[in-house]
Amino acid sequence: MSVIIILLIASISVASLFLGAYIWSVKTGQYEDEYSPPLRILFDDKPTESVNEISHQYPKQDN
Amino acid sequence: MQAERFYYDNKIVKSFGYATMFWGVIGMLAGLYAAIQLYAPGTSMNMAATTFGRVRPVHTNAIIFAFVGNCIFTGVYYSLQRLCKARMFSDKLSWIHFWGWQLIIVAAALTLFLGYTSGKEYAELEWPIDIAITLIWVIFGINMFGTLVKRREKHIYVAVWFYIATWVTVALLHIVNSFALPVSFMKSYSWYAGVQDALVQWWYGHNAVAFFLTTPILGLMYYFLPKAANRPVYSYRLSIIHFWALIFIYIWAGPHHLLYTSLPDWAQSLGTVFSIMLIAPSWGGMLNGLFTLRGAWDKVREDPVLKFFVVAVTCYGMATFEGPMMSLKNVNAIAHFSDWVIAHVHIGGLGWNGFMAFGMLYYLVPKMWGTSLYSKKLATNHFWLGTIGIVIYAVPLYWAGFTQAQMWKTFTEEGQLKFQFLETVTHIIPMYVSRSIGGGLYLVGALMMVYNLYKTIAKGSFIANEAAEAAPIVKEHSAVREYWHRWIEKKPMTMLVFSLIVVAIGGAIEIIPTFLVKSNVPTISSVKPYTPLELQGRDIYVREGCYTCHSQMVRPFRDEVARYGEYSKAGEFVYDHPFQWGSKRTGPDLARLGGKYPHSWHYNHMLDPRIMSPGSIMPAYPWLLDARIDTTSTASKIRAMQKLGVPYPEGYDQVANRDLMEQAAQIAENLKGDKIETPKDAEIVALIAYLQRLGTDIKAQPKEETAQAQQ
Repeated sequence: MSVIIILLIASISVASLFLGAYIWSVKTGQYEDEYSPPLRILFDDKPTESVNEISHQYPKQDN
Repeated sequence: MQAERFYYDNKIVKSFGYATMFWGVIGMLAGLYAAIQLYAPGTSMNMAATTFGRVRPVHTNAIIFAFVGNCIFTGVYYSLQRLCKARMFSDKLSWIHFWGWQLIIVAAALTLFLGYTSGKEYAELEWPIDIAITLIWVIFGINMFGTLVKRREKHIYVAVWFYIATWVTVALLHIVNSFALPVSFMKSYSWYAGVQDALVQWWYGHNAVAFFLTTPILGLMYYFLPKAANRPVYSYRLSIIHFWALIFIYIWAGPHHLLYTSLPDWAQSLGTVFSIMLIAPSWGGMLNGLFTLRGAWDKVREDPVLKFFVVAVTCYGMATFEGPMMSLKNVNAIAHFSDWVIAHVHIGGLGWNGFMAFGMLYYLVPKMWGTSLYSKKLATNHFWLGTIGIVIYAVPLYWAGFTQAQMWKTFTEEGQLKFQFLETVTHIIPMYVSRSIGGGLYLVGALMMVYNLYKTIAKGSFIANEAAEAAPIVKEHSAVREYWHRWIEKKPMTMLVFSLIVVAIGGAIEIIPTFLVKSNVPTISSVKPYTPLELQGRDIYVREGCYTCHSQMVRPFRDEVARYGEYSKAGEFVYDHPFQWGSKRTGPDLARLGGKYPHSWHYNHMLDPRIMSPGSIMPAYPWLLDARIDTTSTASKIRAMQKLGVPYPEGYDQVANRDLMEQAAQIAENLKGDKIETPKDAEIVALIAYLQRLGTDIKAQPKEETAQAQQ
């Protein structure tokens, strides 16, 4: 049963990673705005000249 | 800030989408085959590769890693780009990821059919493939996090949080559970043994469900359901709350797979408590998904995509209520080892995973090919066929589960067990037949989808690179970074604690295994290591996948003790690398099999189970009678076991084969007495040695360390 120590260390380290991520996200204002994100995903970011490229001739880098 | 023009990569999404459909059909075919074998064992055609014990892991691996895996990648590669407003970090990595994953799947299928297995559920793949999985997963991670870093949208949408949590946790689970000592290129022994192995395995196993079958799909749900309905998520706040709650609670639910086993009581209770707590965040997801369709139910009536999503999310809710209920010890006492578990799994698998995949594909293909779905009617028919298929699959198995559990526990008035195990099997065969019909309908539905999407693709034209425009985040980004650093710098104690944790992890990972190995002191003094012949036999047992139908864990219940013998103690399994407690009793428990039947019984039973048990559904294993034990592997196996802490004497590997042959000769001699001629190094001899050893140690007199005398 001493393997529980490995599992506890593994689980708690992941949990602290998640805790850190949570604190980071709150502190950096990720959740300041809860209204626009769900709406924003509904819009496509189509360019103003709405032509979709069909061939594979596209700029290699996206800038 | 000036908007930039860039292009989303749809080619990679297309490839993963094709792979999803391809492997989905293969995985379902394997499942259907396995289901049919349960009432028609002759369909294994007397070949090793096609026995249930080999086909079942092919099915589970194909569905989980090939079908759902590719489905996850399809959805993540599509949605992550759009949620980050950035093309994937590296096209090259995308393709390495894609081809690497497919190669892993092919390697998995081949090796599993051939019997190369670690003997641990959903982690059967041997160590070279495990390494490949780790590499490809890292590549996926680099690609995913790289895309996040170059995102043009500051806010990280909730779906992306789910993807992040998935990546981190799956990496950890896979690595920890795959710790094994290689013996040869395609053979290894689990680093852990017995109870330890069981705990690690089900910590992994349940979290595979959590972080491979649930969190990434919830992420996909949070993107594709709103998009398909063109409605915002019902409560964004709820999605955030339940995300964080879910990922903190899920990890602790693993022990609910080990209730009433030799796992310590407190660990079992922990699993139960966290499993019950899990209802809340899980239902947060379900309710959020369903309520998003408030005011849009007329769309559900028209759109097959939404129909699939509604049933998927509902099945998710059902399964995440049922699971916690089955984690209650009193319910578990009935459900464990029965077909109820299989029903539960497939509500989640067919309902949640399958239908989310289908809905997503029906949504994506028309979009990426710039056209409309070929036939809405066909897709709707698929939906109904699939839904009916799920019901015809699950309901018979619920019936079967309750029936067999009841029959197992029934006593006559005189206090004898009323039913032989075999009777409980033959009684539920009609349920097995029904279930395969349900699965068959589900598969037909999937094939309808493949046809429908093929015709859709034919009439559309593929948009390989989808143009998009968005303004980059520039100054804000580095301000955020500075802020974080300033924040943590202001909290030296926090920084210290986090650093200590990180360092401690590294150190512990190196130190603890050593302690573990040394601490494998048997708590029952009469429990001794397997003899070389028994070890070879055990490896045959693992190779043939016997654990997929037979458990080795007698629970402390009156009916189990009456049927099988003394309930299983933790100390009996200290040398079991891997543990073979099993999860299902399609056949009887074998934990106390040793000495119950003569050698000749086992010989005939393996040749054809129906010789000894008329009506049995077990496949025949005739090749075991002809194949020879690979004695060249004995020495390396003993050495590997020694390294894992099994107390064979120093230098024993050099003389192990001598003991092996001696014990084998005795068994062959005994068989001769029952008119059975067999070469003493036939594999059946090794298997018989192993089976006859099972559960006998606790009754044994203190022994010397050499080969145990056989009856």
